[in-house]
Amino acid sequence: MPRDLELLERRLLFVTGKGGVGKTSIAAALGLLAAGRGQRTLLVEIDAKGSLADVLETGPTRFEPREVAPGLFAMSMDTEESLREYLKLQLRVPLLARIGPLAKSLDFVATAAPGVKEILTVGKIAWEVRERHYDLVVVDASATGHVVGQLAAPEAINELVHVGRVREQTRWMLDLLSDPVVTGTVVVATPEEMPVTETLELVDRLEIETRVPLAAVMVNKVLPELFGRGEQEVFDRLCEPETRALLTSAVGGPVDPVLDGADLAVRLRRSRAEHITRLRTELPGDLPLFYVPYLFTRAHGLRTTRTLADTIGAELGY
Amino acid sequence: MSGAGLEQLCASREIVITCGSGGVGKTTTAAAIGAMAAAQLGGKVLVLTVDPARRLATALGLERFGNVETQVPPELFASVGVEPKGELWAAMLDTKQSWDDLVRAHAPDAGTRDAILANPLYRNITAKFVQSHDYIAMERLHEIHRSGRYDLIVVDTPPTRNAIDFLEAPERMADFFSSRLLRWLITPYRSRLVNAASKPFYTVADRILGSQFLADIAEFFVLFQTMYDGFVERADAVSRTIADRRTSFVVVSTLEDAPVREAEFFMQALVDRELHLGALVLNKVLPRWFADEGAAEVADRLVREAPEVAAELARTGGDAWTADEALRDPAQVARVLREIGQSFDDYRVVATREREKATTLARHPELVVSAPHLDHDVSDLAGLVALGRAVW
Repeated sequence: MPRDLELLERRLLFVTGKGGVGKTSIAAALGLLAAGRGQRTLLVEIDAKGSLADVLETGPTRFEPREVAPGLFAMSMDTEESLREYLKLQLRVPLLARIGPLAKSLDFVATAAPGVKEILTVGKIAWEVRERHYDLVVVDASATGHVVGQLAAPEAINELVHVGRVREQTRWMLDLLSDPVVTGTVVVATPEEMPVTETLELVDRLEIETRVPLAAVMVNKVLPELFGRGEQEVFDRLCEPETRALLTSAVGGPVDPVLDGADLAVRLRRSRAEHITRLRTELPGDLPLFYVPYLFTRAHGLRTTRTLADTIGAELGY
Repeated sequence: MSGAGLEQLCASREIVITCGSGGVGKTTTAAAIGAMAAAQLGGKVLVLTVDPARRLATALGLERFGNVETQVPPELFASVGVEPKGELWAAMLDTKQSWDDLVRAHAPDAGTRDAILANPLYRNITAKFVQSHDYIAMERLHEIHRSGRYDLIVVDTPPTRNAIDFLEAPERMADFFSSRLLRWLITPYRSRLVNAASKPFYTVADRILGSQFLADIAEFFVLFQTMYDGFVERADAVSRTIADRRTSFVVVSTLEDAPVREAEFFMQALVDRELHLGALVLNKVLPRWFADEGAAEVADRLVREAPEVAAELARTGGDAWTADEALRDPAQVARVLREIGQSFDDYRVVATREREKATTLARHPELVVSAPHLDHDVSDLAGLVALGRAVW
């Protein structure tokens, strides 16, 4: 089955998840990882919030892809630019005269027919994959709320538009997007209630409402297990008043914050473990589940993203 | 209790709108504020939420959130040891239902109403169009506020990609319906005459989309235009409601990079629009004692000299120590000590980063409150009240 396929062997990955789970970081890390393995890789940011530029510590990304690390290119989606490119390539419309009003009206047409903006987004991405400009395209896709609409756009358009060029175009897009050897969705979650709930719902919806295959779920920000077998008991003893006093005199400083800190770490880890269990038991059994540890880093930026890439690489068995 | 926190804000406003990027605990914060207001201030309080966790609905004693307003059972408050002075109500925004209601209210006649409701593009817009959530949330808020049924309405905003869309939704909706461009777009379908200026557009659009589809779009707009006056008037009224002195915004953020950036951006946007920024709620903040220098030294020592400290403990602990099954193995005690020290160092790094972010963020609002990193997701009323007390 294609789900046994290694994650980076596909040619198009949509990375999505609830807001705040770190999907941009994961997408960027996957990009760095693939590029580091010699794949010519394109990273696409859909919601132009500039987060991708931040995690890669590069200047603002634009529609025109730019090499941000050896073998790694980054671009941000712009539906108007995408439309321009499409018209230029597909229809050979003389540019100057016609595009002005068309671009201005785009907002309105897109408002009337949701799916127009989405198709321009997905279409551009699919086109890059079809033309084999890159070995791998990693998309920092929209958050859970909007991604289904985006990925379902070619089908939705297919239903709404009965004739014309667009209809022809959606056919090859659908073929490419629904091929599990080519395309996969990576859903990022954190071990908390809402992200896990949304992940489970999203996995269902993606299977029902789109033809885009699921590739994996990545659990991000997994807290480390502090204590091994029997060690929790040692810790509990150390927290008792008499032993606290002994420890205070042994180290000659305030131990309460240190012990309370460890206690907080244990409790956080424990409550999150429940959510991981729920995710594991409720996801389809054959869907690969990867764990990415929480990184206790000073700041976010390229260095952290590289660490993340190494960590994911290890988790994927590279 | 206090008065320095959100209490004063909630006591002096009729609408409190929580905003922030996804995953920061916006919905939970809105519910916690509502619960505290109902408990402490009295009156009727409504929490209007967009996308609640199922457990949050359960926490409020509700089977599920619905478009209708439901009262949170007073017994539930009693069960967590709170005697509420007022009533807590909750409702969820059902985008599609709300749009349908709006069309029913504004359509000039039954024929137009049915034609709109049956139009595939209309169904598409209301179900999928992202910004329609923003507008309808504002619209429904305005409607409930105008009804005068509640003393305080706490609104949890939709997950907006760009929070500004939310503020501009009513204005944009009005612009949309009064736009010349829109009229220009549908004119040829009314007059069946394509004028010279718009001809190239239609030629190109026909080639891309097919003319049937364009006709569908035009029909939709023609129908929708009949509701023009009602809509524009309504959108203006909604705009006035959010700018009103009785409305205040509470920005919620964790201290991670992306939410902080959005919170900053959003607070600035509120200031620019002269909307009232009531408070900043920092959620999931690590305890202050991670900053303790003495504790940091202790942690360092535990990491570097764990075996020595373990030996010292065994020596000073005497017989009681060595008799204890759990503490008998000095190597194991040393491992635990090192682990504790390392964990403190790890969290300290994050806590330091958080404090710096908090300082940056605190420049904007008059009021900043912090909620602790609770070790469990808030899943019941007790949890909501605990969170509420922290920010109250």
